[in-house]
Amino acid sequence: MTFPHASPFILAIRRDLLLAARHKTEIVTALFFFVIVVNLLPLGIGPDTDLLRKIAPGALWIGALLATLLGLQRLFAPDHADGTLEQMALSPQSFTLLVAGKIVAHWLVSGLPVVLIAPILGVQFDLPGRSLGLLMLSLLLGTPILSLIGAVGAALTLGVRGGGALLSLLILPLYIPALIFGAGAVEADLAGLGAEGHFSLLGAVLLVSLFFAPWATTAALRVALE
Amino acid sequence: MQWNSFSDFVQMGGYAFYVWGSFGACALGMLLELWLLKRRRQTILTRLSGQEHLQ
Amino acid sequence: MSRSLVNWFKYASPASFYPLAGRMIPYFAAAAAVLGLAGLWIGLLVAPTDAQQGEGYRIIFVHVPASWMSMFVYCVMAFWSALGLAFKTRLSGMMTAALAPTGALFAFLSLWTGALWGKPMWGAWWVWDARLTSQLILFFLYLGFIALQSSIDDPRRADKAGALLALVGVINVPIIYFSVQWWNTLHQGASVSMTKAPSMAHTMLAGMLLMALAFWAYTIAVALARVRCIMLERELSSEWVKRNATE
Repeated sequence: MTFPHASPFILAIRRDLLLAARHKTEIVTALFFFVIVVNLLPLGIGPDTDLLRKIAPGALWIGALLATLLGLQRLFAPDHADGTLEQMALSPQSFTLLVAGKIVAHWLVSGLPVVLIAPILGVQFDLPGRSLGLLMLSLLLGTPILSLIGAVGAALTLGVRGGGALLSLLILPLYIPALIFGAGAVEADLAGLGAEGHFSLLGAVLLVSLFFAPWATTAALRVALE
Repeated sequence: MQWNSFSDFVQMGGYAFYVWGSFGACALGMLLELWLLKRRRQTILTRLSGQEHLQ
Repeated sequence: MSRSLVNWFKYASPASFYPLAGRMIPYFAAAAAVLGLAGLWIGLLVAPTDAQQGEGYRIIFVHVPASWMSMFVYCVMAFWSALGLAFKTRLSGMMTAALAPTGALFAFLSLWTGALWGKPMWGAWWVWDARLTSQLILFFLYLGFIALQSSIDDPRRADKAGALLALVGVINVPIIYFSVQWWNTLHQGASVSMTKAPSMAHTMLAGMLLMALAFWAYTIAVALARVRCIMLERELSSEWVKRNATE
């Protein structure tokens, strides 16, 4: 199957989505992991509705962070193992665009389902309807950041001993701004303060990571491929 | 000089545990780092002299 | 101009930097000892008792220099990383690797002394204050850097991966600091006033600066000693090592 007129960016997205469609269990597993982690929290904390409403944004966001981490390790590893990644790096197409396409595909597969399922979990935490919308919006702006920054970590730890644990150690501290602004947006709105500031800051973080992450990921992949 | 006696100095106005805990931790951390560094250097030098011996 | 450039790059090669570093270490070690003793003298013996915090405030003489150094060392690591990626000098990666453990040590000491200061002053070992939290995250960043470098066997790849991570980290540090501050004001959890600046006597400031300079000289001496170890480890079989190491 060839797409002669498509740009490398679109090609990479299409290819990774096709591959993901063949391994549906992985997507479903990551999603269920998210659902289970978030559902464990009330069991650990107790069914106090007021308290649950208060921790809901943070709980869902932390669930989203962990669920993203789960899929990150497989972002480049299979392509690295079968040599596709090396072919991509050597091809005349822009490697950065190919990598950006892979990151977008990762978000479509791991971030977007989290955004879509978040309101159901929010209802379990007794969040009001307005907060559910804001939570979805914050995850919609925030999960791309997780995929972008995560891609840098995945590239840095590609083929390295103890990759999974190392990846989490590298990446989780860098996720903190997204967590704070994302969860904070919903919390601020619940507390009666405006959420606009949080959203503009979350957008700013997204722009910064959009600008730097593909470039840094490409550089890290080239280091790994040397 | 701030202190009337040595025991005054050691007691630090009742904050002895906190003050000496801080200064002690810093001293300990730095000494540990220096010791580890020294051991690391010694290990390499031993390996080097071993190499020479083989030649 | 071109000559001075040549001189600079001459010292960028391990073979010529190794003896230079060896000559510099004693000076910085001596400076660290002298400045440290002077700082301790002023900080522990001369500086007056603080009006609000009594003698407990004396922790400042190690806490603030350790915090400063932990942040400064990370910036220096980022500087060497940028240099290494731009000019592909081997020395810069080694310097970054040599600085990281000392930076991590200072980040840890800053947290440790902060906890010991916080307990008597705020009544808690740990408060979720913006500065404390950012310092903790900086410590995590150091740990991540060290873990990444030590799990890559090929030193060249370790250097480059570490350099990229340090740069990503240094872009993130201000964002993290800002976000944590933002988070702190939203939740108004621990509005801690540290009461440092206003009541600071001149002798206190002098003691703190002396200690900071001592830590700085210590860091340079230790980093140079460590970079010499790294050079030997990486180039065990090369000619210059055999010539130099026996000296």
